[in-house]
Amino acid sequence: MKTFLAALLLLPALACASSAGLKFDRAPVDPTDLPSLQRGAQGFVNYCLNCHSAAYMRYNRLRDLGLSEQQVKDNLMFAADKVGETMTVAMRTKDAAQWFGAAPPDLTVIARSRGADWLYTYLRSFYRDPARPTGWNNVVFPSVGMPHVLYELQGVQSLKVETSTDAAGHKQQTQTLVLETPGTLSKAQYDQFVGDLVNYLDYMGEPSSASRIQIGIYVMMFLVLFIAITYLLKRAYWKDVH
Amino acid sequence: MSENELDKSKRGFLVATSVMSGVAAAGAATPFVASMFPSERAKALGAPVEVDIGKLAPGEMMRVEWRGKPVWIVRRTKEMLESIEKSDDKVTDPQLAVDQQPDYAKNENRSIRPEVLVLEGVCTHLGCSPQFKPKDMSPEMGADWVGGFYCPCHGSKFDFAGRVYKGAPAPTNLKVPPHMYVADSTIVIGEDKKGA
Amino acid sequence: MAAPKQPVTGAGPFNGVLTWVDTRFPLISLWKEHLAEYYAPKNFNFWYYFGSLALFVLVIQIVTGIFLTMNYKPDAAQAFASVEYIMRDVPGGWLIRYMHSTGASMFFIVVYLHMFRALMYGSYRKPRELLWIIGVLIYLSMMAEAFFGYLLPWGQMSYWGAQVIVNLFSAVPFIGDDLGVWIRGDYVISDATLNRFFALHVIAVPLALLLLVAIHVMALHEVGSSNPDGVEIKKRIDPATGHPVDGIPFHPYYTVKDLFGVAVFLAVSCAIMFFAPAMGGYFLEYNNFIPANPLQTPEHIAPVWYFTPYYSILRAVPPMFNSQFPGVAAMGAAVILLFFMPWLDRAPVKSIRYKGSVFKGWLAAFVVTFLILGYLGTAPTTVWGQFGFDAFFLDTKDIATWAARVGTIVYFLFFLLMPWYSRRDKCKPEPEGITH
Repeated sequence: MKTFLAALLLLPALACASSAGLKFDRAPVDPTDLPSLQRGAQGFVNYCLNCHSAAYMRYNRLRDLGLSEQQVKDNLMFAADKVGETMTVAMRTKDAAQWFGAAPPDLTVIARSRGADWLYTYLRSFYRDPARPTGWNNVVFPSVGMPHVLYELQGVQSLKVETSTDAAGHKQQTQTLVLETPGTLSKAQYDQFVGDLVNYLDYMGEPSSASRIQIGIYVMMFLVLFIAITYLLKRAYWKDVH
Repeated sequence: MSENELDKSKRGFLVATSVMSGVAAAGAATPFVASMFPSERAKALGAPVEVDIGKLAPGEMMRVEWRGKPVWIVRRTKEMLESIEKSDDKVTDPQLAVDQQPDYAKNENRSIRPEVLVLEGVCTHLGCSPQFKPKDMSPEMGADWVGGFYCPCHGSKFDFAGRVYKGAPAPTNLKVPPHMYVADSTIVIGEDKKGA
Repeated sequence: MAAPKQPVTGAGPFNGVLTWVDTRFPLISLWKEHLAEYYAPKNFNFWYYFGSLALFVLVIQIVTGIFLTMNYKPDAAQAFASVEYIMRDVPGGWLIRYMHSTGASMFFIVVYLHMFRALMYGSYRKPRELLWIIGVLIYLSMMAEAFFGYLLPWGQMSYWGAQVIVNLFSAVPFIGDDLGVWIRGDYVISDATLNRFFALHVIAVPLALLLLVAIHVMALHEVGSSNPDGVEIKKRIDPATGHPVDGIPFHPYYTVKDLFGVAVFLAVSCAIMFFAPAMGGYFLEYNNFIPANPLQTPEHIAPVWYFTPYYSILRAVPPMFNSQFPGVAAMGAAVILLFFMPWLDRAPVKSIRYKGSVFKGWLAAFVVTFLILGYLGTAPTTVWGQFGFDAFFLDTKDIATWAARVGTIVYFLFFLLMPWYSRRDKCKPEPEGITH
């Protein structure tokens, strides 16, 4: 019974905890940071959109990020000719599945299924692994089919695994990624680059999120007033009920 | 305490609650009403269309689709343009009183350039698409036919400016869609200079 | 039959119209019977808000559902995309969809609280047995409605959830395999399944729900509302007015009170809808943002939270005689038992206020068990590992399974032992009338 009660107390805390043991780094997601979103969109179009589609996202929706249609046309559209089109890729799913072992998933709502923190950690956790056909592996997504597309920016990492024994005698494995060859960006710059990209992916997963929160604030203010008025009305009627 | 006083306080809150409920209902209805307007996809599909008319020979017509409707582009010959003038007294609305064209097409030829006619190919009667009937190639239209358009559904006739003949069931002239020239031989249909 | 109708003489400007309608339709008598002269007990407390709220959510679900149907495509190739189309391209579509998805979970929260009210105050006891049975039927219809609806977004959880539930029917002895194929209309969950689930979700079950709700309200107004004291207000009639001493007309007293309830409910729902529509993965599951893939099951699948207590019971029962059926039967029995509540409770009083500590203890244990089973159903069976407790006599990975088993037993004992413990409980005498 005691464990039952303990479990009950733990319920809310568990709701937040993820089942996997891996701890993800917190992604710097901020839907109001338009410059970051614009940089992220640029990164997405340059590095992701060659293989991954975002088939539910229309280019002209990027107006949300403070860009004009002309800017979108000039800087971000390489694969489409109308701003109303969605972000599709020319690569066929079948070919892709053959080349990579699995077809690259559509990324429109990837941030909603994986979560921004997962993506942020994943994109920074590639390491060299000669045993893999692509030559790359990932700590967050072992045996991933995607090679490290951003290695020129990040550089090449390798994985160091250490086994230690703690005071209680439990064996513990620690995995550390070590930067072997630096890329064109410093660690801080690369983290910011990935941060912007993930910020954009998060926005793309739910473009209405900014207006949702905005409208929500007004609705809540209204409802607080509505509760007050209906309470007063109820009290006026119930005054003479004993 | 009198009955009246109590009623007054109730009435005040009743009015306030009713007003707020009305606001709430209107607010809640907004997304539902909005959702029935054209979506982003519909807007993207209905986006302006760019047409190259460089290869359109005089006397010929081409059709393009804009917002799911046929749009005709005719490069009118001199003879066709003359036929328009002749039919002034045969058409219902020679002065273009009914607003069926943008201001820049409110002229005798109903076009920006005299020879290039741009029309929505949808009969103003019940929405059929009329046929292109040039003068010489349409013996079935009778000997006095000077050329124009003929609607197969209910027999409405239009001249080469899309003006409806008297006695036809169609009430108004064919519509000229918003359009503009972005280059010498390139027309954009669905957008004009105001919007740019 | 009835006396000739009187012309309507109200304060408003529509007396003429109302009289015209009333001579052709029982407008005024319906109004009086169900609102203006329906006498409800004066002492409704917090727990009595949830009946009218459930009706309110039902209306929200129907209205939002109609508008979603205008843009949704029940086609395996297009369903997932059409939901994203609603979320992005349809003006206001995201709001309508969040109303519907939040509404579904809120519907269950409201109905669970409504049912808990009935358990606490004995609202299922004579003469309200039929009212209770209709209520359980509504609950069953809601489960069907939610299950069919959950397939429609055609995400991974939609697909594999439906796969698992339909396979439960395949566990039925002898006819199981054919039954599964018949439900799906195919050998796996497919386009045919999606299409029929759509039909059932948007028209068949909603019609049944509306009908049942109407009957529920009619039955309620026939026998009268119960109340926190569990006394019958019809027993004490004021001879001067002919109305119950402890009653007040539903309108305006409870209409204004319930309006306040609606306002608070809206505030809670809107807070979720606008600031956490996925509710941490409980209202909209993360894996459902991945399109259905018949070749790959997600690592961890769980039903939506409102089904998880029953899912836990299903998993807790081990397969017997090489068959999953005992688990399925236990899950079914867990719901079916609710129908028998009016006859299982043998206490001399209705309300928990006058029942003894034994019943109170069992009810508390039942609620705690229901919540724990609900939690365990959302988690993998190895969930205990993360509590960090060392197993006292079991392997850590089995503790959750055993907890679910104990919970399942408590769940069933609450019902099955009720005739015994409710009778020998020490109850206080019921008062004459309501005490507030």
